[in-house]
Amino acid sequence: MTARAAGDRRLAYLLITPAAVLMALVTAYPIGYAFWLSLNKASLTEPDHTEFVGLSNYLTVLGDGYWWSALAVTLAITIVSVVLELVLGMAIALVMHRTIVGRGTVRTMVLLPYGVVTVVAAMSWYYAWTPGTGYLANLLPDGSAPLTQQIPALGIIVLAEVWKTTPFMALLLLAGLALVPDELLRAAQVDGAGAWTRLWRITIPLMKPAILVALLFRTLDAFRIFDNIYVLTKGASGTGSVSILGYDNLFKAFNLGTGSAISVLVFLCVALIAALFIKGFGASAPGAADEGR
Amino acid sequence: MRRAALAAVLVAVAPLAAACGSSVPADTVTAYVPGNDAAAIEAVAAGCSDGYRISVVRLPKDADGQRLQLARRLAGGDASVDVFTMDVTWTAEFADAGWAAPVPEDLAAALRTTTLGGPLKTATWRRDGDREPRPYAVPTWTNTQLLWYRSDLLRRYVKRGTAPRTWDQLLADNAEVARGVAAHNATLPRAQRIAVPSYIMVQGAQYEGLVVWFNSVLASAGGSVLDPADPTRVTLTDTPEHRAATVRALRVLKAVATAPGADPSLSNNTEDPARLGMERGQATFAVNWPYVYSSMRSNASTGTDENQQVPFFPEMRRFAGLFAEGAPAPSADQLARANRVLAKRFAFAPYPGVETALPARSTLGGMNLAVSTRSHKTDRAWRAVRCLTSAAAQRQYALKASQAPALAALYDDADLRSAFPMADLLRRQLGDEHAAPRPATPVYSTLSTMLAAKLHPVGAWDPEKLADELAEAARKALAGEGLVP
Repeated sequence: MTARAAGDRRLAYLLITPAAVLMALVTAYPIGYAFWLSLNKASLTEPDHTEFVGLSNYLTVLGDGYWWSALAVTLAITIVSVVLELVLGMAIALVMHRTIVGRGTVRTMVLLPYGVVTVVAAMSWYYAWTPGTGYLANLLPDGSAPLTQQIPALGIIVLAEVWKTTPFMALLLLAGLALVPDELLRAAQVDGAGAWTRLWRITIPLMKPAILVALLFRTLDAFRIFDNIYVLTKGASGTGSVSILGYDNLFKAFNLGTGSAISVLVFLCVALIAALFIKGFGASAPGAADEGR
Repeated sequence: MRRAALAAVLVAVAPLAAACGSSVPADTVTAYVPGNDAAAIEAVAAGCSDGYRISVVRLPKDADGQRLQLARRLAGGDASVDVFTMDVTWTAEFADAGWAAPVPEDLAAALRTTTLGGPLKTATWRRDGDREPRPYAVPTWTNTQLLWYRSDLLRRYVKRGTAPRTWDQLLADNAEVARGVAAHNATLPRAQRIAVPSYIMVQGAQYEGLVVWFNSVLASAGGSVLDPADPTRVTLTDTPEHRAATVRALRVLKAVATAPGADPSLSNNTEDPARLGMERGQATFAVNWPYVYSSMRSNASTGTDENQQVPFFPEMRRFAGLFAEGAPAPSADQLARANRVLAKRFAFAPYPGVETALPARSTLGGMNLAVSTRSHKTDRAWRAVRCLTSAAAQRQYALKASQAPALAALYDDADLRSAFPMADLLRRQLGDEHAAPRPATPVYSTLSTMLAAKLHPVGAWDPEKLADELAEAARKALAGEGLVP
């Protein structure tokens, strides 16, 4: 390294120092504090009676059936909704990619659900599925109230999630589609590959980075699901996610210890999912691709 | 010279120091009140000025949101909170946390002679160091659920004008009405048939309202969740009698939820869906707070869109002008006329009991006002509380905002009686004999959440087994064990 380059590097570090310190304060402090709280018996109503209890809050959480059922519900919602979003998002992206007439209109229309505030959308789903006031509930046979039973309610939650975030998936996949060179597809066509073969053999392999980034983003997002459940069922009838469980223990029971332990566990799960995607499937964060080196 | 310089510095700095403390003038008392009731309190607060001014700050509309915001401010030692409203279930928690100051002795003595027994109990707690239970807040208004029913259907199909007194009778009457309507329908061409009003509207969603329902039925069966004399003892199953009462109450809940033709949405219903079910003509019976009365009256008169109309009540349309939006407040005479027509089809009765031998009890709601221990203006704050809960104030809350007063004497007020035809019934249910206070404990919120999770969905359990599960959940809540679902 030349002296000039070393000087540049020092200057670069100097320039990013304030931002790095600020980031550490803003993000590291709350995370560290939450971790510290999770090792204590602490309640909002007894600020002077905090007591160090080690990992006992984690044992409480992991030894409680409510945590495991919430985790199962969260995983089920995550897997089902992300798979549906991927398939639908891919279909929509292909349509958007190939649209010739009214391209702007089509894209705007597809993106509309993503523009609606989640809570507002969830409210309208709530009323739509409530017997009496709802146009969707009224289509069902008399006497059914889907939001009061676990499986139908979970189905509605997944539907609300898919409806809301498929456009986001489609948008990411559309960007991936733009990576596929037209010449390649045409050459394959000349070689006699049908539409299906071209999709499986050329488009999807070339889109792999975009697909994995889209999957990573949506999986992390879906795992943290809160708002749709909060509005649609408030976590009743066994539909609560781990985030709902954390919220209830922090802000209803005012139990800062176990509530923080749940938050830390959610954080670890999210980190695990991210690690799985990045190490296991080779998904790369934007800007970290090989060509940059 | 040096002294002059020091003085100059002090003069320059003094206003800054004062400004640092707070931007609120020293004579202003800040009251944090629920968003949806703020207008009524603001109207009263405007007239309160005895060496102070009240500035009203709006909290969220839902009780959980209010509790959370207050807890955050008070736990953080926020001195800007002088006066705050407390839901009736928070008294023990806020007093034990050291957030709510005990009511001064002279005011407490006055409350004991003027306020109804039930509401006063909701504001009373005994924290460590107290020789006996004492009020930690002043009841502002109160609330109690009644039985609402379709008097026309009862007269036609059960041949009786009076409401059932117990849940068993209610279920029998409801089945009778449903059978009657079905038989009547069979004689009609399809187009003229009416929906069978077979629903019993209750609060069955997994939330506080479900615990209220359970608590009322349990108290009417002679049981209780916690020992009122020792709130650290769970009394759901500790003796054979208590256990029998708990099981009896659970049987009632289950019977309502599984009655033939029961509301399919029962386990998702809160107060408002219950009110709407009654207004749409789907229900013969409902248990709900008194606000459903004025709602029924104005929606039946003026309802325009599908969700507001009261289809079974065309006679009320002639009062459309009286209850239209923006119309002047109706006179006592006009109200009385509207109420008489309303009574032809829609009526109220005491909350149903479990056994005729035991008094029926109904859970109390309402709002109390407390003074923060963090406040620097305690003296002014208590004066503000006195004004905001005075007889004149409670009368105004009743007439303008339909909130039932906690002061016994107001139930004899002529204007109030014309606005609340159920005044005598309310007073009766708010007294010690018929009021069912919720368990008083600093962990009420946890307790209620855990009970609601066990009780929900109503009827999908075995009463015998659930009684034990509820007792275990209550024990865990008191011990601070496990998670809150």
